[in-house]
Amino acid sequence: MDTARRQFLLSTLKTASAVGLGALVLGLYSRQSRALPAPALRPPGALAEDDFLGACVRCGLCVRDCPYDTLKLAKVGEAVALGTPYFTARDIPCEMCEDIPCVKACPTGALDHNLTDINQSRMGLAVVIDQEGCIAFQGLRCEVCYNVCPVRSKAITLEKQHNERTGKHAFFIPVVHSSDCTGCGKCEEACIVDGEAAIKVVPLTLAKAGGSAHYRFGWKEKAREGKSLVAPDTEHQYNLPEGMRYDYEGKGLIIDPQPQEGLPVGDVPADALESLNRKGAP
Amino acid sequence: MDRQRSWWQTYKYLLLRRISQIGILLLFLLSPWIAQQTGVWVMKGNLASSLTLGMLPLTDPYVLMQSILAGQWPVSTAFIGAAIVLVFYLLVGGRVYCSWACPINMVTDAAAWLRTRLNIKGGAHLGRETRYWILGFTLLLALLTGTIAWELVNPVSMVFRGLVFGIGLGWGVILAVFLLDLLVRRHAWCGSLCPVGAFYSLLGEGSLLRVSAYQRAQCDDCMDCFKVCPEPQVIKLPLKGETKGVGPVITSGQCTNCGRCIDVCAKDVFRFDVRMHNATHNVLAKEVKEVVS
Repeated sequence: MDTARRQFLLSTLKTASAVGLGALVLGLYSRQSRALPAPALRPPGALAEDDFLGACVRCGLCVRDCPYDTLKLAKVGEAVALGTPYFTARDIPCEMCEDIPCVKACPTGALDHNLTDINQSRMGLAVVIDQEGCIAFQGLRCEVCYNVCPVRSKAITLEKQHNERTGKHAFFIPVVHSSDCTGCGKCEEACIVDGEAAIKVVPLTLAKAGGSAHYRFGWKEKAREGKSLVAPDTEHQYNLPEGMRYDYEGKGLIIDPQPQEGLPVGDVPADALESLNRKGAP
Repeated sequence: MDRQRSWWQTYKYLLLRRISQIGILLLFLLSPWIAQQTGVWVMKGNLASSLTLGMLPLTDPYVLMQSILAGQWPVSTAFIGAAIVLVFYLLVGGRVYCSWACPINMVTDAAAWLRTRLNIKGGAHLGRETRYWILGFTLLLALLTGTIAWELVNPVSMVFRGLVFGIGLGWGVILAVFLLDLLVRRHAWCGSLCPVGAFYSLLGEGSLLRVSAYQRAQCDDCMDCFKVCPEPQVIKLPLKGETKGVGPVITSGQCTNCGRCIDVCAKDVFRFDVRMHNATHNVLAKEVKEVVS
C-alpha cells in the first residue's frame, strides 16, 4: 500500500517536473517572441504588442476581410509571433479603408473596435530613415512619398531649404509629422529608390524619442504664459561703440554715418577736385 | 453465429470522420474562392475563431480561456462563439473535436496504423495524465506571461491555420508529431500530451452523446475494439464491468466518440447512445445470458 502510494507520488512528481520544464522553456520563448521585428507592422487598431499577444487568437478573420491582401499570418519559422497578423509596408501597405473591415472582423478586440476613424490609427510612424539615400536630399525633385500619402500634406510636408551646392536651387525635404502619420506605409511602398526604401514605417515605440521634459522652450512657454518667464522681459542690449548698432534683419552690424568737423554734411560732391582741395583732408 | 458485416458497416464511422475532417478543412480552404465567385463566405477564419455564412461566430473556448487568463477581456463576439461551441460539444461529446474536426488526428491515426503494420513496439512511457499537467501549465503560462504562450507551439492550430493560410515550416511540426506517434509511443500526442484534447475531454465528462456497450453480453473477447481504440482504457469497465455494477455507457471524457469500436465489433456490442441510458442491467443482456445457460 505504502509502496503503491510512493510510486504514484513519484510518477506524478516526475510528470509534473517534466511538463514544468517544458513550460519554463515555452515561457522564456514567449518572452523572446514579444519582440516584433521592426519591418512587421500590426493591422490598424492593434493593441500594444504585449496586450495584443494576449488578445489575438490567431484566427485570421482580419486577413480574410482585408480587401487588398495586405495582411498575412505569421508562419512557422518567421520572426513574428506564430499565427499573428502583420503586414510588410514595402510589399503591400495598408490602404486605409474608411470602414476598417479588419477591425470589424476581429472577434476578440485585439484590434480595438473603438477605432472608427482610420486616420486615428497608428500602425507605426514613417521616418526618412536614409537621408543619404533619399534623392530629395540630393536636390532632386521627387516628392513621391508626399504625393501618395493618404493624409496628404499633413502627415508629410515638404520643407524648402537652400541648396548650397548650386546656390540658386531649393531642396524639397520630406518631413513626417507624427500628429497625422498613421503608419500605413504607402510612402514606403512608393519610395522610388531600389531595394530598401529611404522612407520606412517604424514601430512608434522605436520611432518616437522619449521626450525632453527637462528642457523648456522659451518661445513655447512665452506663448503659453502670455509673457516671458524670465523677468523682466527686456530688449537685448548690445554693448557696441557709439555710432554702431546691430540689427539682424538689417543684415547685422550697422555703422551709422557720422558728421565730421569741417566736412560738409551730405553726399559726396559731384566735383572730385573740390574734395581734394578741402581743408583738413588727409 | 457471426453475421457477415459489410464493408460499409466496418468502415462507416471512419469514413464519416474523414469526410468530416477533410470537409471542414476544404470548406475553409475553398471559401475564399467561393466568395470570389459568388460573394458568399461559407467559412472564414480557422478553428480558433471563425464566421460561418457571415453570421454564425464560433470560437475555441480553450484559446479564449487563455486569452482571459492573459488579462484580456474579449468583445462579445468571442463569447457568443465560445458559448455555441461549448453547447455543441456538450451535446455531441467533448472530444468529437479531436476525432471529427482536428487535422492532426489524421496524422496520428496514420502513424498508429503504420506502427501496427511495421510492428513497432516499445518506446518511452508517457502517462495519459500528462496532458492534464500540460493543460494546467498552458493556462498558468497565459496567466504569468500575459500572452497566449501555448499558441506559439500548438501543433493543432498550427497545422490547421497552416493549411488554410500558408504553412511555412509547419510541415516539420506535422512530421515531428507523426514520428513521435510512430516511434515513441502509440497515440502519444493525442492520448498523452495534447492539452487541446485534454480540455475537450473535460467537456466530455458531462456530454450527452456517448458510445455505449449496450450489447456487452454478446462480447466474445476478441479484443478488436481494444486494438483499434485510441483510448482503450475507457472501454474496459463499461464493457466488462457489469458484475461490478458499472453501466454500459462509456462515460469517460477521454473517449473521442470516434466510433471505431462500433465499426470493428463483429458482435455489434457498441452503438451511439445518450449518457442517461446507463442502467446496469439491460434486458437484452439478461435474455441472452438465459439463452446461453
